[in-house]
Amino acid sequence: MSATAAEPWVGKPLKRKEDPRLIMGRARYIDDINVTGQLWASFVRSPEAHARIVSIDTAEAAAQPGVHAVYVGNDLDLEAPLPMAWVPPGVEVKNPPHWALAKDEVHHVGDPVALVIGSDRYAVVDAAQLVSVEYEPLPVVVDLEKAYEGGDLVHADLGTNQCHEWSLGGGDLEAGFNAAEVVVERRIVNHRTAGAAIEPRGVLADYRAGSLTLTSSTQVPHFLRLFLALQLGISEDRVRAIAPEVGGGFGSKLQIYGEEIALAWASRKLERPVKWVESRTEGMLATHHGRDQIAYAKIGATRDGKITAYHTKILQDLGAYLMLLTPTIPSLGAFVMSGVYDIPAVQTDIVGVFTNKMPTDAIRGAGRPEATHQIEMMIDQLADELGMDRLELRRKNFMTPESFPHETALGVVYDSGDYPKALDTLLEMADLDAIKAQAPAGKLRGVGYSTYTEICGLAPSRVTGPSGFGLQTGLWESAMVRVHITGAVTVYTGTSPHGQGLETTMAQIVAQRLGVDPQNVEVIHGDTGTGPQGLGTYGSRSTAVGGESVARATAKIVEKARQIVAHQLEASPEDIELIDGKFAVKGSPDKGMTIGEISGAAYIPENLPEGMEPGLEELAFYDPENFVFPFGAHGCVVEVDPDTGNVDVIKYAAVDDCGPAINPKIIDGQVHGGIVHAIGQALFERIHYDEDGQLVTGNFADYALPSAADVPSFDLDRTETPSPVNSLGVKGIGEAGTIAASPCITNAVIDALRPLGVTFINMPLGPQRVWEAIEEAKR
Amino acid sequence: MAGSVRVTMTVNGAQQSAEVEPRLLLVHFLRETLGLTGTHVGCDTSNCGACTVHLNGEAIKSCTLLAAQADGAEITTIEGMGQEGALHPLQEAFWEHHGLQCGYCTPGMIMASADLLERNPKPNEEEVREALAGNLCRCTGYHNIVKAVLAASEAS
Repeated sequence: MSATAAEPWVGKPLKRKEDPRLIMGRARYIDDINVTGQLWASFVRSPEAHARIVSIDTAEAAAQPGVHAVYVGNDLDLEAPLPMAWVPPGVEVKNPPHWALAKDEVHHVGDPVALVIGSDRYAVVDAAQLVSVEYEPLPVVVDLEKAYEGGDLVHADLGTNQCHEWSLGGGDLEAGFNAAEVVVERRIVNHRTAGAAIEPRGVLADYRAGSLTLTSSTQVPHFLRLFLALQLGISEDRVRAIAPEVGGGFGSKLQIYGEEIALAWASRKLERPVKWVESRTEGMLATHHGRDQIAYAKIGATRDGKITAYHTKILQDLGAYLMLLTPTIPSLGAFVMSGVYDIPAVQTDIVGVFTNKMPTDAIRGAGRPEATHQIEMMIDQLADELGMDRLELRRKNFMTPESFPHETALGVVYDSGDYPKALDTLLEMADLDAIKAQAPAGKLRGVGYSTYTEICGLAPSRVTGPSGFGLQTGLWESAMVRVHITGAVTVYTGTSPHGQGLETTMAQIVAQRLGVDPQNVEVIHGDTGTGPQGLGTYGSRSTAVGGESVARATAKIVEKARQIVAHQLEASPEDIELIDGKFAVKGSPDKGMTIGEISGAAYIPENLPEGMEPGLEELAFYDPENFVFPFGAHGCVVEVDPDTGNVDVIKYAAVDDCGPAINPKIIDGQVHGGIVHAIGQALFERIHYDEDGQLVTGNFADYALPSAADVPSFDLDRTETPSPVNSLGVKGIGEAGTIAASPCITNAVIDALRPLGVTFINMPLGPQRVWEAIEEAKR
Repeated sequence: MAGSVRVTMTVNGAQQSAEVEPRLLLVHFLRETLGLTGTHVGCDTSNCGACTVHLNGEAIKSCTLLAAQADGAEITTIEGMGQEGALHPLQEAFWEHHGLQCGYCTPGMIMASADLLERNPKPNEEEVREALAGNLCRCTGYHNIVKAVLAASEAS
């Protein structure tokens, strides 16, 4: 990286600043951090899916050498149950109390009932096994559709398993379906998955002298500080939350977990630091899951392929409790239910349903993969019914490039887009039909497509906030930029990256504007004790909202720098611009000052403009006017072995548009990972409970997290359609691949199986399901 | 837990010896007894490979071996692969080709890849993918990991 300071840093595929510590094994994740006097914690978890706690005998566990304390639910005198952040105006959301440790009843396998604390990591696990809990089993509710219909109840006092109903619609649905000459209806299952970050969750709580420092493998340290304060009744200024190096999240660490609260409480009680790291099986049992909905989708169109109406009713399996955003997730998808298509009447009706399973919540994409899976499958199903080419059907209904900003029937304004261009680019990249035609003897090949958009950059608060969508928070972001006296720069962001490369991306944004090398721009995040506040990393928001905050704080630095330079050169600030790494008068670049020289002047304030404060440090808060809407077109070829039902992905090509690239290398990496996350769901991964509510897939092998041997390499390209929402023009990219890929794969499998008479199939497309579908079609 | 055993092994070229619980896992010996935290625990069931180290020159999963079983062995961890300014070619390649995101699986991936290149210096893509099937990554989709291993193979 020996480029001159004048080089445009934005758009370059720089190697990441974060990598040296990671490739040398020198990073510090939660399990790498220990403090003097630290105790270890282990949780006792329910083996029952639904039961009344008759008694808990902790005596034997407490008597073990090195055990300091054993706590049960009623010991924890917390201020409130665990938080849930969604109160949609005019909608009743039934929210059964959910405590850090269950008090009287357990509602899913893995529900924690006791906490053992002692001096040795292994010994607390032994002691936890000596806690004797007597359970009185209660009826177990596992099947989503049966739970919706009634019968046995997850929470008897609610009198129903239905948590809430929520709808979003626009246009005249009845007229739309009346105008339809063809109507297609399908039951689309989007099964339960796990975030499956390779780093397990972990917490280190350290309460001393009236202040709590809590280090946690979290995506949301600032939310965590707030809720620790509220739950424990500690003033927020006495709470510091730290996200150290975090080994992946994918939404599963966008949560306020009971373990975080329980450890903080115990550390305060014992006046000792307490640490806990989950085992993988604990993680599969008790780290929130995602997806898990059944949609009854109905689409209407004219014979010539103009879509007239789209309706979907969604049952969302919430699991046993509402966690931070549990009931919110399907609603996030509802905003883009009609995808990239101009459909005059659209409606989504959602019913949240309790079951005796771990709660679901945000997992990569959060509602939008489900919505995209539905519309993209329905488009293929409709094309089949119409006997029309599925790309022709897509093109016929695309929102046109000229129509942006495009207000949909739902009243959502898509910021920018050029869907035909993305599809054209995809088709130029790869001749998928030719690859399909080369199927070896005895194998079936199919081509699938997915043309998608998503709604991300979460924000804007006026839409998402309490009187709008109903989230009980703002979703702005903030940043502070400090130019040191040497010209080195420190950036503090309120986002909390955990693999997304934002230390590099944000450094590039700043370096470009200040004429410095990104190597000399350090980006600090994840610690509520340093820098400004923020709201974390999720919802593909960290560049579109967090990066824009950084750009805005940097713009304030530039503004002050220009005044300082103008004063020193006796010029007008309006005439000062960045030329070849120097802030100089237009047309006279040789007389300029570097940002280091300017900061020298700012910190040794002998000659600043009259009334100017010393220093060179600025803060910006940013709340966007709108969401951003990335989009793209994905295509793939799969090969099915009809004798075994095995599916291989043999070609995958993707065109994604997230606006102008800041670091193309990082963007491509996000797309690769996102695609495999969705291929995993489509073909392999499944959280499965048996009829007794026992988790069958409690480790990575049973869960079938894909390995390198299960997936191909990818052909990627991008189009760049700037967003008018922020000054960078950027949209999000962290979730895009995951949102696009599952229908692409599923449509390809159906395309492969159509000659055998299979016209529809639901994920996960493991060998058994595919083979059964083939056998079914033979009958 | 009654009793302890003395284990002695050479770790990254230096002899190490300690009295440990007989059931202490090798990964915890490395991480907690020796403070070598570059080796990670991802699944504690030998599925994910985050704990991969070399034992007498071969990649093994240190979460599935007792420290006592490694008595007398030569162990190499990620900390023994390269340092700032003198990175191992695989470390360079993972950096150059963006073969990591959160970094949690990375030490294990690098150790497994080093084992592959020792046995098969010029693997093709399929061989790389098969060799890394015991190392899981949730971030990268493997594309750039495979690219990095192939590049490191080319470079050596």
